[in-house]
Amino acid sequence: MAEEEIKKVMETEKVEDLSEEVKEEITSQTTEEEAVQADEEPEMTEEEKKALDAERTRLRKLREEEEYFQNYVYKKVEFVKFGILSPKIIQKMSSAKVITPELYDSEGYPVDGGLMDTRMGVIDPGLRCKTCGQKLKDCPGHFGYIELARPVVHINFISEILDLLRCTCKMCGRIILAEETIKKHKKELDTLESEFGLLARRSMIKEIIRKLKTAKKCPHCKATQGKIMLEKPSSFVEDEKKMNPIEVRARLEKIPDDDLRIFGFDPNSVRPEWMILTIMPIPPVTIRPSITLESGERSEDDLTHKLGDIVRINQRLFENINAGAPEIIIEDLWDLLQYHVTTFFDNNVAQIPPARHRSGQPLKTLSGRIKSKEGRIRHNLAGRRTNFSARSVISPDPNLELNEVGVPIRMAMKLTIPERVTDWNKDYLIEYIKRGPKVYPGANYVLTPAGRKKRITDETRDEILAELDTQYIVERHLIDGDIALFNRQPSLHRMSMMCHKIRVLPYQTLRINPCVGKPYNADFDGDEMNLHIPQTEEARAEAQILMQVQTQLVSPRYGRAIIGAMQGAITGAYILTKFMKVERKEAIQMLNAIGVFDTSNLPNKEIINGNEIMSSILPVDFKFKGKTKKGEELLIQKGKIMSGFIDVNAIGDDGKGYMLRILHKTYGPDKTIDILGKIFRLGLESLLRNGFTASISDTDLTPEISKLVEDVLSKAEKDIEKFIKLFYAGDLEVIPGKDIEETLELRILERLNKARNEAGESVIKSMDKNIPLIVMANCGSRGNVINIAQMSACVGQQAMRGKRINLGYKERTLSCFQRNDLSPKSHGFIRNSFKSGLKPYEFFFAAMTGRDSLMDTALRTPKSGYLYRRLSNALQDLKVEYDGTVRDSSNHIIQFKYGDDGIDVSKSEKGKINVQRIIEDLE
Amino acid sequence: MDKVIKEYKKLLPESIIEEIKKLVPKASDAKMKKIMEAVYQEYLDSKVEAGESVGLVAAESVGEPGTQMTLNTKHFSGVAELNVTMGLPRIIEILDARKKISTPMMEIYLQKPYCNGKDIKKIALSIKETKLGEIITEFAISIAEQTVEFTINEKRFADLDVEFKDIKDLIKKTKKVPSCTMKQKENVITLTAKEDGDIRKLYEIKESLKEVVIQGIAGITQVLPVKRGNEYIIITAGSNLKKILAKEFVDPTKTNSNDLYETCAVLGIEATRQTIINEVSKVIDSQGLNIDIRHITLIADMMCFSGDIKGVTRYGVVKEKSSILARASFETPIRHIFSAGLTGEVDYLTSVIENVMINQPVPVGTGLPDLVTKVKTVK
Repeated sequence: MAEEEIKKVMETEKVEDLSEEVKEEITSQTTEEEAVQADEEPEMTEEEKKALDAERTRLRKLREEEEYFQNYVYKKVEFVKFGILSPKIIQKMSSAKVITPELYDSEGYPVDGGLMDTRMGVIDPGLRCKTCGQKLKDCPGHFGYIELARPVVHINFISEILDLLRCTCKMCGRIILAEETIKKHKKELDTLESEFGLLARRSMIKEIIRKLKTAKKCPHCKATQGKIMLEKPSSFVEDEKKMNPIEVRARLEKIPDDDLRIFGFDPNSVRPEWMILTIMPIPPVTIRPSITLESGERSEDDLTHKLGDIVRINQRLFENINAGAPEIIIEDLWDLLQYHVTTFFDNNVAQIPPARHRSGQPLKTLSGRIKSKEGRIRHNLAGRRTNFSARSVISPDPNLELNEVGVPIRMAMKLTIPERVTDWNKDYLIEYIKRGPKVYPGANYVLTPAGRKKRITDETRDEILAELDTQYIVERHLIDGDIALFNRQPSLHRMSMMCHKIRVLPYQTLRINPCVGKPYNADFDGDEMNLHIPQTEEARAEAQILMQVQTQLVSPRYGRAIIGAMQGAITGAYILTKFMKVERKEAIQMLNAIGVFDTSNLPNKEIINGNEIMSSILPVDFKFKGKTKKGEELLIQKGKIMSGFIDVNAIGDDGKGYMLRILHKTYGPDKTIDILGKIFRLGLESLLRNGFTASISDTDLTPEISKLVEDVLSKAEKDIEKFIKLFYAGDLEVIPGKDIEETLELRILERLNKARNEAGESVIKSMDKNIPLIVMANCGSRGNVINIAQMSACVGQQAMRGKRINLGYKERTLSCFQRNDLSPKSHGFIRNSFKSGLKPYEFFFAAMTGRDSLMDTALRTPKSGYLYRRLSNALQDLKVEYDGTVRDSSNHIIQFKYGDDGIDVSKSEKGKINVQRIIEDLE
Repeated sequence: MDKVIKEYKKLLPESIIEEIKKLVPKASDAKMKKIMEAVYQEYLDSKVEAGESVGLVAAESVGEPGTQMTLNTKHFSGVAELNVTMGLPRIIEILDARKKISTPMMEIYLQKPYCNGKDIKKIALSIKETKLGEIITEFAISIAEQTVEFTINEKRFADLDVEFKDIKDLIKKTKKVPSCTMKQKENVITLTAKEDGDIRKLYEIKESLKEVVIQGIAGITQVLPVKRGNEYIIITAGSNLKKILAKEFVDPTKTNSNDLYETCAVLGIEATRQTIINEVSKVIDSQGLNIDIRHITLIADMMCFSGDIKGVTRYGVVKEKSSILARASFETPIRHIFSAGLTGEVDYLTSVIENVMINQPVPVGTGLPDLVTKVKTVK
């Protein structure tokens, strides 16, 4: 495993070297050209000379430019090559040979030739690395190696070794295919690769190998082949005779390079004999640091433990071989060495007991470090940690604008923004430094042009102030208007991380406008969110232009506004525009309260209608035509509500607020969130003045209606009794494709649903339209008609998996019913309403469905999470190219035009261009 | 007016032109031009920008509402419909590109005059798979005489469009039933085993007799004639497109199956792509969710662009990636790294995740342009 990693590191270094070389080559070429031209100079005419001069200046300019850009273009890794390390390279890249399992001497210093040898890097703060002379933080660590007394098989290459052994001749090492067949295959493979790419080639190779395994005789040297089996986990058996790694290695050495290509190996980076280890690399000390416990004892890393085992057994094997010990002892030690090396690479091999700590917990060796969510790749490489971030509980504050975030003053004093001192900001930055880290708004650190970081304290302050000049960078506290990224996990879509402007506020929680809860999917029951402060100008610019709340107003999922008003604000806006009439004074007060001080838009009357107040915060030339939730027309002309009223369909969140989408289209993002913030606050303000309480008496029914509900339900029950009788008589008409029992179930369900709906409808019809509950349902702010019906009339059928409840005891659902009772009440029909109270068995049924849905959510979350991970992994590199095509990272064209018309959903209206609106606007 | 439309035909997508035509059936050239120009401006404003990471947006758009979908495996859409897998499990099934789906289904459209309801029940019954076991009322095994005897339910038999002779032929053709002689007496058929066997052999004969398909198309377990719009169609549980399309009463232009691999084998990859889009949209609509069709289309295109169906799994789409590090970061990293080592593979760092790993700008979005500007230093 380590081999790949080393190779990777080496290759990257090489790449950088390489690019340097290439550049040198380019420059040297140009000089040569010049030299040639210089020779010819004397014979040239004036004109030619001029041309030559021009050419020269051009070249010089080019070179200057080249040099210039080299200073500004960062080094870039061009590619990463993978391969297997050969014993030679292992030895070459090593800086130490490990010969003893000892770690430290009696004084606690690392032993030379031990596993913690200081030539392989240092982990003690005081020591210096013997190889590079650097200290703990700067030394990257260096590899070492051990010479194995006997070769050992690398466990991860077992299947490849087996394939090679089976497919090549035991005598001459050639592939067991006649010359012509090889040629044919080679050609086929090459054409396949040029047409379909490397993958097709690889799959064809697999196919060839599969066919090859059955061959009996070598076509090259006519030797008969033995049957080679793999005796798991890591020994090979040929015709019942065990082959030791030395023999295997000898066989693999014989395979010629050209034949290897047929197997798909690259002989330049892989020789099959390297898959048998004769020399093993020891990873640097820095990747396996020991921990010093409180007691002063050292606790070594898992890898060090494992390496210790390997070195120890290796030494014993050496000694025994040298002492001429009996074969059987050597074999045993050899097997033990094989075991330790195997578990060093992979501690999860089948058939091999994992190596364990003394406590019994398995060691985490190389594979384990890379694999899985907690492994190197997904945890450390693909996942990142940040500085300049904060996390706290969030709470709502409608007085903030939508694109603001309230930051507690304590956070604002810890998080900083680096600001470079210039002639223009020097004066106020000095003020910041004077206040220091303890007084807000102050500064915590100063960076000198030499790159030193100085903390501002009472002692250092004067010194810093004295030397402060342009080019210095001051890390100052956050102030209002700074840029921050705000995020809530799980970050399922791009609106889960948006850019806000900072407002520094008292108290300890982060605060946001409740409207932006929707895109974050946040509520305020204890949710916590993260705040990040971008530190560079580029990052801030990108965040401000691409990530600010207003730019994310329209969801790329469906092309409607995802941010909008909810709950109380909708109710408030609805009541205001539909019912309210206030005195002019109060109207002005309301507008002032929401932060609107220009009241010139209000009509000049003493009594002002609610919708006129609402109109006064809309743009004066706003045109809108839409439908309310109940189907009435909402017409806005010249910024005045002409008919209808505001409800969810105008300002709701999650794609419901159509008016918001049009506002966004006509006036742009900035104005839209401003207006939305005002509408939201105006909604709350009107609730404040109007008063709005849902009370238990809202669900009261008149005696007549109660009777009506009773009748509807009884009638349904009687009908169902009839069904049941018919069923027992066998006369029930069977629905095609169903049997008689299913038919009965369906009929009953159908009838009960009908009864519930009937009862609900008559209840709603009888209720006063101004009852708060009904108002909420009608304007779409919270609850619906079914909820009200369940509270006041009848809860209805409890369904599980689309059927009535049928589980429980033998032939009955609960022990309080008779066996084989098919009646509604014994299968989960709740006749009572929530207000009248549930019978014990009804309560039980309700609890059953409640638990069922709870289970459903618990099971669904990981499933959909995995689906999402797979999707994003599969699609992450698709992008729109400059020519409008959608391509993946290998430049395959996935779509010729994105979505067939090239329209960005987040710029469209529900995925379309609203032609009708454009035409109407033109008229 | 037509001239103006023609002028914009190259500039605007067809669907938009059609919509304009529908909304403005008649207009003067100048007015049409004005409309077209306004729509064209809007279209330009709405176009995707180069570098837009459309794949990730699609993944987010489908993945995010996943948490809101119900897990209800079986969905009951009304009284007269069949059980269909819906919700999240169905989405997973489609995107996985499973070979065996849990509820295969077909919608069979019919030719005239059958689509008006003529003989609809008869046609439906004729394609339904009927096994011999369904119409047998009684079995009798005699060890002494080495015979298996069964009685056929005459009432059910009359409903079918087969004769006793056909049944006998079918039994003979079935390979699973060992060769034996057959005798028929009214509705009782007797089979005599040719070789002497024990009771187990006779029992085997009996069991395999039950499985003999005597009428209909294999795999179609339920049929349901329904009226959709103003024509009659047949919905079936179980799918066998190839055989259904061979029937003369079927309208082959509209009939479809929800089985991806079958669609691919019979109708080809383009049809499969459309099936993926339709099936995913169906689930999303039934859950009352709101996802733009473009995202689903992109996923379907990704699954189908190579010509085969590739699931969104480590064996499908992800396996096709050129980057080793990208594959390793998904699942089974060890295997990917080792196989890369053996073949001496090179990772050119062209996609997103590898560049994240080595701390380089990613080549999408604002990371796409390689631009270095010369800055004038102020002295």
